[in-house]
Amino acid sequence: MSKHHVSARINGEPTEFLCEPQLTLLDVLRDELHLTGSKEGCSSGDCGACSVIVDGRLVCSCLMLAAEAEGCAVETIEGMAHGHDLHPLQQKFLEHAALQCGFCTPGLLIAAKALLDRNPNPTETEARYWLAGNLCRCTGYDKVIRAVLDAAAELRGDRTGALTSS
Amino acid sequence: MLAYAAPSTVEEAVGALAAASGIAKVLSGGTDLLVQLRSGRLRPDLIVDTKRIPGISGIREQNGGFAIGAATPGAVIGECKALREAWPGVVEATNLIGSTQIQGRASLAGNLCNASPAADGVPALIAARATCVVAGANGRREVPVESIVSGPGRTSLGRDEFIIEFHLPRRPLRSADAYLRFIPRTEMDIAVVGAAVSVTLDGAGVCTDARVVLGAVAPTALLVRDAAAALIGRTLDATALATLDEAARRACKPIDDKRGTIAYRTKVAGVMARRAAVIAYERAGERR
Repeated sequence: MSKHHVSARINGEPTEFLCEPQLTLLDVLRDELHLTGSKEGCSSGDCGACSVIVDGRLVCSCLMLAAEAEGCAVETIEGMAHGHDLHPLQQKFLEHAALQCGFCTPGLLIAAKALLDRNPNPTETEARYWLAGNLCRCTGYDKVIRAVLDAAAELRGDRTGALTSS
Repeated sequence: MLAYAAPSTVEEAVGALAAASGIAKVLSGGTDLLVQLRSGRLRPDLIVDTKRIPGISGIREQNGGFAIGAATPGAVIGECKALREAWPGVVEATNLIGSTQIQGRASLAGNLCNASPAADGVPALIAARATCVVAGANGRREVPVESIVSGPGRTSLGRDEFIIEFHLPRRPLRSADAYLRFIPRTEMDIAVVGAAVSVTLDGAGVCTDARVVLGAVAPTALLVRDAAAALIGRTLDATALATLDEAARRACKPIDDKRGTIAYRTKVAGVMARRAAVIAYERAGERR
């Protein structure tokens, strides 16, 4: 079996890897590049735990062959914080306790970032529909949505727009 | 042993498909293909990724209508304002496919060639009289979308053929389409019934042309001519709606499964056809 040589930018870093044709981007991120923040939940595109951003689009890395990443810019959860400075979404997930076991959290954070990159002022309904492809089996979704809307408000510099936690 | 090829021209892709020994699969967004690959249901020898072919992704206005590249992701289709205005039913059907993540990759060519009876994009394309350009070893041919799927999981495409783009015709005045899907929740599910209706009205609100297509109630999407005939020559009065409902139900040949019984799918098909017709009429009336 011939391996494919792939050059991509991962979290801004030029990255090269060799992969067998059947491997998914998720397989390579986790097993070759040791970026284990993206999780394998369902392997069928239902749970969103493997969410990454490829060329500005939110995708399931389990539904993309690693070979397809040639020339692409990939953003994973590992690129979200700057050193010790958490992204506002990460900070708000902590403040709102928007996680329990944490397995879905990297996918939710990346999906929420893709939303706010595109729409800095989503309504609660827009946020809920956008995140419908990210399943959480612990918390329910209210805390997640509150954290996302609060982070959006902070990123806009708008303290009055945030939902208060009840 | 699986091989992966990402040709940069249509001719190279056709050549790779024609030369393949064993099973060759065409890859667009991959949101169905990868699931089948990972589950072991499908064991192809070759995957031909079309996304490196220039023009295979993207939308352009053409002859007053639109050309949509075969591998254009659903999200890109949803973001195209001109397409949303001209063919709202096609766009809403496309955007019902899967989650935000799936929309980032899933394409109309994939939705069509996966050949699920419940594909959301397909009834709307057929109602719109969309055609697809098929490339193969013998050159290119343009065929109606309804000629592609021959049964669940099966298409009429030759092993050397793949779809390169879809064409949507020019939209006349006072004309619009709509797609409705019934699922027992609000998001992220497979159609129990889908209904697409496209209508053109005259200045008095009388329907001069109609197409009615049902999904998930037969082995392939159904173009229901009797249902369209119920609308043509009439305003959307109670008689027209009742006749439409009856014609839609009569056309159904559904399966019984966990999503819905035969009786249930049949009844809901009539309801969905009526409601989609009402939306299409309202939209057409606004397009003066």
